[in-house]
Amino acid sequence: MSGRRRRPALSARTSARGRGSPPRGSTHQRSKGRTPFDVDALLDDPATRIVVCCGSGGVGKTTTAAALGLRAAERGRSVVVLTIDPARRLAQALGLDELDNTPRPVKGHRGEGRLEAMMLDMKRTFDEVVESHASQAKARQILDNPFYIALSSSFAGTQEYMAMEKLGQLHARAETDASWDLIIVDTPPSRSALDFLDAPEHLASLLDGRFVRMLLAPARGPARLLSVGLGVVTAALNKVLGAQVLTDMQTFIAACDTLFGGFRQRAEATYALLQAAGTAFVVVATPEADALREATYFVERLSNEHMPLAGLVVNRVQDVMTPSLSASAAEQAAERLADHHPDEYEATAGLLLVHAERARLRQRQDRLRKGFAGAHPEVPTVGLAALAGDVHDLDGLRRVGDLLAAG
Amino acid sequence: MSDWPRVRLHVVTGKGGTGKTTVAAALALGLAREGRRVLLCEAEGRQGIAHLFDVEPLPYEERLIAVAPGEGEVLALAIDAEAALLEYLDMYYRLGRAGRALDRFGVIDFATTIAPGVRDVLLTGKVFEAFRRRDRDGRPVYDHIVLDAAPTGRITRFLNVNHEVAGLAKVGPIRKQADGIMQVLQSRGTAVHLVTLLEDMPVQETADAIGELTAADLPIGGIVVNQARSSPLTAATRKSVAEGTLDLAELIPGLSAAGLDDLPVGPEGLAGGLLAGAGEHVERLELEDGLLADVEGLDRPVYRLPQLGDGIDLAALYELADALCEQGMA
Repeated sequence: MSGRRRRPALSARTSARGRGSPPRGSTHQRSKGRTPFDVDALLDDPATRIVVCCGSGGVGKTTTAAALGLRAAERGRSVVVLTIDPARRLAQALGLDELDNTPRPVKGHRGEGRLEAMMLDMKRTFDEVVESHASQAKARQILDNPFYIALSSSFAGTQEYMAMEKLGQLHARAETDASWDLIIVDTPPSRSALDFLDAPEHLASLLDGRFVRMLLAPARGPARLLSVGLGVVTAALNKVLGAQVLTDMQTFIAACDTLFGGFRQRAEATYALLQAAGTAFVVVATPEADALREATYFVERLSNEHMPLAGLVVNRVQDVMTPSLSASAAEQAAERLADHHPDEYEATAGLLLVHAERARLRQRQDRLRKGFAGAHPEVPTVGLAALAGDVHDLDGLRRVGDLLAAG
Repeated sequence: MSDWPRVRLHVVTGKGGTGKTTVAAALALGLAREGRRVLLCEAEGRQGIAHLFDVEPLPYEERLIAVAPGEGEVLALAIDAEAALLEYLDMYYRLGRAGRALDRFGVIDFATTIAPGVRDVLLTGKVFEAFRRRDRDGRPVYDHIVLDAAPTGRITRFLNVNHEVAGLAKVGPIRKQADGIMQVLQSRGTAVHLVTLLEDMPVQETADAIGELTAADLPIGGIVVNQARSSPLTAATRKSVAEGTLDLAELIPGLSAAGLDDLPVGPEGLAGGLLAGAGEHVERLELEDGLLADVEGLDRPVYRLPQLGDGIDLAALYELADALCEQGMA
């Protein structure tokens, strides 16, 4: 694929910013055979202005984003973390019980830096876009239309689109009043990690598409030729949906006519922001086939789109305390005990079997990760041991941050 | 004997990452036993079924994907909203030319993406069509249909098509179609099963989804606890690990007896490592026990599927299907 051609550009970029350099010190020794991901170098580099955490659903994106944000703040940066859909207790830990769609300070972090966090309110963000682009009367008309209501609250791409919109707003604010020098964004829990890159463009093209333009200007000049086709189209739609629907649709489209140029422009501006020099993507995965497959698509896509990839975080790696004892050796040893000493050493045999299970799981995870590293050896990677419980306070996030930095 | 003798439409939902596609596939295999014919549908466009069965991406057409003991068959279908709309237009309105015009003008994309609920009506509508389809002798073509549906966060909205289109189409064919679908979905012939892991978020989302489904009058089926851990430890060992009373010295003679004296870490190091690993294992078990109690508190039949160390392949799917049959889900 064309991703292959672009790789030199990617690695030139990374090394120019002090990443991707050979491991320094002993902390990196554990990730043998892979390019280590130096998280602290990324967070400390003042050139890093936006970090986007992406990956498929359920891999720990939000926790990773929050942990990176806390760590950056405790290392002296002024950070805002934009979360999409945090688990309740994590939200509480970040002080996100108020849903007012603006960043609020997080209490309890250490050091000189600043940490603020917010949770995206998709509908409110969309309403604000409408209100800021249309007259009051027109805005009301749009906000009340059933198509708008559906679009702003249930269309699968709206969350992605609004997350990017909010990122644009935060970025603009950071540029004007220096509220923050680092924005960390979590991405929506979409079925595919790529959705959030494509949704804004898809939505913009729908609202700006040929059909919409035709409905707006059915019989003007050269469009008259098309309107023969349009007659067939509207007749068909009337038949299937009922006349009311088409009227609503036309009202909606006519009402937000002024927005359409805006939608496309905004989608393009967001895309440009994601390609900008201060942006870094962190791809999050778990050591499972599905999640790593998504991560692979994503890495290739970023490369094709000239979007800077900082590294891959692999969450929930099985920790094995005594790697010198293989899974099969432990199983055989437990079997020997059961065969030769059936009534003794019950605890030892049990512990050996526990180890065998854990070591076998780790073996499978290593194999999957090797598959990824084989295809993309240039991607800096850090693995995180599975924690026994869920993270739901700043101490937990701090621990995750330490693990991320330790590699 | 199945716990769901009257159910023909099994909807499977779960939070992302809980393995709902795997469970849907295992359930389809289980239901197909004894010569039954089952349709396994996917509505999210991920081609998860194709990945799971390791076959080429599925087209918009029903095709045989696996067989079950006793000449049972599982057919698979990846439902695509745009293809479903064109098919629908063609079937009900013979919109040959107009259908193509709609596509050319981007109307199909517009309608399936933005028009509220239309996408879901189309997706569930296809399932509804397969559900009602009969052969020449008037018998249903499929004994069971398993739908790998939207994740828990969106499942109620996905199934509650009637409500979704109500604000949009008050009359007309789409509305009539939605009413028909709703009738099937709310009947005793349907059950919405929820897949969860024993982790905080999925259990919480399962509880939330049950509340929402109940409010929408949608029939709730069982809860499948996926990747449930079993422990090789005896109760006594587990207790002593949990309480921290298991001594390194107790373990070392066993390690010698098992012939593990000459590892580079030495017997002390090995015993320490095993004990630390067992400590994490037991801590996780305790957390999971707490969450399992929460799941059982939801007052639905609970089925457990084991964690399979070697990942999911066809053999594993049959194994999971066995487990579901033994526990009465299929």
